[in-house]
Amino acid sequence: MFDLSGRKALVTGATGGIGGAIARALHAQGATVTLSGTRRAALDELAASLGERVHVVEANLSDKDSVEALVPAAESAMEGLDILVNNAGVTKDNLFMRMKDDEWDTVLAVNLTAAFRLSRAAVKTMIRRRYGRIVNIGSVVGSTGNPGQGNYAASKAGLIGMTKALAAEVASRNITVNCVAPGFIESPMTDVLNEKQREGILGTIPMGRLGQGGEIASSVVYLASTEAGYVTGHTLHVNGGMAMF
Amino acid sequence: MSDVADRVKKIVVEHLGVEADKVTDNANFIDDLGADSLDTVELVMAFEEEFNVEIPDDAAETIVTVGDAIKFLEKNAA
Repeated sequence: MFDLSGRKALVTGATGGIGGAIARALHAQGATVTLSGTRRAALDELAASLGERVHVVEANLSDKDSVEALVPAAESAMEGLDILVNNAGVTKDNLFMRMKDDEWDTVLAVNLTAAFRLSRAAVKTMIRRRYGRIVNIGSVVGSTGNPGQGNYAASKAGLIGMTKALAAEVASRNITVNCVAPGFIESPMTDVLNEKQREGILGTIPMGRLGQGGEIASSVVYLASTEAGYVTGHTLHVNGGMAMF
Repeated sequence: MSDVADRVKKIVVEHLGVEADKVTDNANFIDDLGADSLDTVELVMAFEEEFNVEIPDDAAETIVTVGDAIKFLEKNAA
């Protein structure tokens, strides 16, 4: 089950806690993986630890040209593209009334607009081969909202809507588009929380702990697999029960 | 029949899986050949690849029959 041998996957934000776990998991299932991110050294380090079947393409997802070059580069490195994981994401938290335009713009550009452009490019190649898996990494706050994260919540809610629209468009071509919405996961993004914030968060999670990157990665593996071929337009919430839909 | 017409018709037959004799100049991709909107986009992409041209969106919208495609490509393909 969930064998990805011969499949070619592109993972954005592969140096992050969750992105790295996703790349490792896809690779462990047999996929060839292109790691993308902004930090070359970290990408190379991850690539070296994975060994064979790995490519690295640097990309700055807040830059349009860099985004548009990414899918063609990954495709040419791997000689194809079957799986796209739009994982890269940034936060620029601020109370709504204080939020600056550039904080809004940057978060929307990286989290949503880049995913749009990458998916558009990926679908063009997937449609020819009549096979594709796109997995967008959303967030529980895209469904629940969160104070101080108006921009982030908007971008993640946007991903969910985009996922459904694209899923409906390309379903007939054997391309599925789904979303995995993590709750609070141990990662550099949650390492910045102080003890009090952490305690407060744990109180809202029935499971009583933060999630692990690997628990997101295994959900991505499932949605990227052939076996998940009848699941599309779905948002899979992986959050320890903190929000149930 | 021109070389361009042959190549266009071949792409249409292959892509839409229709009988070659149905692919006349007047055949409308959607109404006569059973294409959906996604098929028309894919056909345009296939024409672009075959003829090594870029077909802008506003031009693509005017290509609704096999003859439209042939005419456009005869004029614009290198």
